[in-house]
Amino acid sequence: MIKVNGKDYPWEEGLSIKQLLVNKGFTFPLLVVILNGKAIADNEYVGTVVNDGDEVKIIHLMSGG
Amino acid sequence: MNRLEMKTAHKLVGTFNYQLGQLEKGYANRTLYINLSTNGFAEKPVTELMKQKFIGGRGFGLKLLWDGIQGHTQWNDPENELIISPGPIGGITQYPGAGKSYVVALSPLTQSAMDSNAGGHFGPFLKFSGWDALEIQGKAERDVIVFIDGTKGTVTIEEAPLEAVNSHILVEQLTDMYAESEADKGTISVVAAGEAAEHTLIGLLNFSFYDARRKAVRVKQAGRGGMGTVFRDKHIKALVIKSPKVRGDLNNPADMSALKKAGQKIHEEIRTLDDSQCRMRKVGTAHLTQIMNDYDLLPVRNYKFGSHPEATKIADDVFLAKYFHLNGHDECWYGCSLACAKVVKSFQLKTGPYQGKEVLVDGPEYETTSAAGSVLGIFDPEFVIETNFYCDTYGVDALSFGTATAFVMECYENGVIDDRVTGGLKLNFGNAEAALELLHRMAKGEGFGKMAGLGIRRMKKLFAEQYGANPDFLQDIGMEVKGLEFSEYVTKESLAQQGGYGLANKGAQHDEAWLIFMDMVNHEIPTFEDKAEALFYYPMFRTWFSLNGLCKLPWNDIVPADNHLTAEPAKVPEHVHNYVEIYNGVTGANIDDKGLISQSEVVYNFQRVFNVRMGFGTREYDQVPYRAVGPVTVEEYESRQDRYDAQLKDILNLDPEGKTTAEKVQILRNYREEQYRKLCDAVYLRRGWDANGIPTIKTLERLGIDFPEVAAVVKKKMTQG
Repeated sequence: MIKVNGKDYPWEEGLSIKQLLVNKGFTFPLLVVILNGKAIADNEYVGTVVNDGDEVKIIHLMSGG
Repeated sequence: MNRLEMKTAHKLVGTFNYQLGQLEKGYANRTLYINLSTNGFAEKPVTELMKQKFIGGRGFGLKLLWDGIQGHTQWNDPENELIISPGPIGGITQYPGAGKSYVVALSPLTQSAMDSNAGGHFGPFLKFSGWDALEIQGKAERDVIVFIDGTKGTVTIEEAPLEAVNSHILVEQLTDMYAESEADKGTISVVAAGEAAEHTLIGLLNFSFYDARRKAVRVKQAGRGGMGTVFRDKHIKALVIKSPKVRGDLNNPADMSALKKAGQKIHEEIRTLDDSQCRMRKVGTAHLTQIMNDYDLLPVRNYKFGSHPEATKIADDVFLAKYFHLNGHDECWYGCSLACAKVVKSFQLKTGPYQGKEVLVDGPEYETTSAAGSVLGIFDPEFVIETNFYCDTYGVDALSFGTATAFVMECYENGVIDDRVTGGLKLNFGNAEAALELLHRMAKGEGFGKMAGLGIRRMKKLFAEQYGANPDFLQDIGMEVKGLEFSEYVTKESLAQQGGYGLANKGAQHDEAWLIFMDMVNHEIPTFEDKAEALFYYPMFRTWFSLNGLCKLPWNDIVPADNHLTAEPAKVPEHVHNYVEIYNGVTGANIDDKGLISQSEVVYNFQRVFNVRMGFGTREYDQVPYRAVGPVTVEEYESRQDRYDAQLKDILNLDPEGKTTAEKVQILRNYREEQYRKLCDAVYLRRGWDANGIPTIKTLERLGIDFPEVAAVVKKKMTQG
């Protein structure tokens, strides 16, 4: 189990940030991802692995009129 | 009829000559007053106090309106005013999004002060012609055009009987008429409404700009709150301005290098990052349609639901592939590299008075894809484009049209109204033909079109009084606050955004705050105090754009590559810093980011007191329809039953088993309505208002707006209770 934005979320072996975004249905492009307190750049989403017990913040910014 | 015949038919009824001059640090230091009842003119000085307290734009509009009317003035009294002001930063070309005009008037929908804004060139041209604001009072006897020639220093009022009323024709006619040549068309901007603005209370204003590359007059809309209705009620056919040729230094800024530095930085961000962020340059705000659908936030069938499988048919990729005409220059003011003003260059109309004609359509934007699409249960891109076109040319706010028509459709499907009321229109959800016919009838002021054009608040009253409808049900499903129809977001799962709509000064528009992701997805503001802080900071920050002639989009529809490393990425700190720099750079002031919020807080509280003065501005007027808070009907609850059942268990510690859906709807409702009450309490406290939502004298004193006439309004209301 991991924490995503403070809520429990099931973990799977080899889970990347990119896959986590897909699993959560997070399609909004303006995101800030923080893994265990460390900001992850968007070009690192594919290669960054989330481990069991990790805490992930996926902060959606705002856009639109 | 040719332009010469039209021009020859003009009758000059008023002339005013003025001294041309240069702007000084973003200000002309005077405003132009016109009275259409007397055909009189006046030049009003802008005092230092006015600049310090009200800054410009919406601030100037509110102050001039306050001084021009009484507490009992009605929207259609000659005394009501229509004010247009761009603000001190307005018209710079170094930083994106600096061409906004802000319009203020007493609204026919809310009967209080309304502010609405548009791109296009009128606002900057007004300043370059020597005026910080245009203030129009009175009512002309016959249709007039007001022409400001900023190259000669003249203002004329001309009766104009022959020109068209509908905007897409009128703006072309007047641009041709007042430009001296094809090359001169870029110096002309027109403000116009349309025939529906004469027959409805949801009239909008179109602000034109000449698109030299497409050789077409384009329009941007000040849509909200019936500004076009006020315009036509004053018998204004159009405002026309001819500006000196635009240069980057016309504002005479205190420090041009500060503007250039901030501009260069953000232009580079846009160039390198927009394609991987919001794609504003390719699809504009339409990029949001699919995203809102993905997050269950896209209004579907009068906000019952937040998504629909067919929403992909009206998503950005559809418009990009088949309809948008891109040429890399879709800015609505010079220097805006975000360039989000998309256009359908040639569209053949299928209905209405211009059926069969090929027209240019400005848009659609995100809001239009909902208001002329999903909220009506219609997922046809060509219906979206056609409705977009007719709303603009008729002068109808597409958002109010869509939200009001969705309300009508739900009433029709529930038997509140029938074919006898609608004049035979079968206004079921999904009936595009009937929805367009309703729009055409609004334009003509015919039959049910006239009733629907009154907006939701008045329809609720009429349906209850004349057709015996249950007023409680109408209150629950009628998506309006303070008389203004909701813009296009579903708020059921975001308490903070319910407040974003309910507590907004003008009514249910999201331009004060859009907190849904922060609240519903990020869970960053869990407590009432957190939400109240967000409902302090964001409305104040976003108010600041309206004081300065700025568009909000370059603030956070593009973010720096390293924004994720900042302490508060949602605020986009680097861009906030840019705004501080360009404000100081234009005006020569020395504010910081806190000063920016303080400037807004003054005007924001002044507007709240304005509402009090007009008989509103207290807690009861901050209430939202329950459809914005939670599921009204069994159908809605059951469509998201897993979500709601889980909330009953997790939040209320109640076992939903064995309870009917109707019982669960009521339990959830009791809880959510109490949450909203507590949210209001917390927000009032944070904003320095009393328990009834009125700014306290202490707050007015802190902000330096305890002027006798302002304090008197508050004291009188507090005494009355």
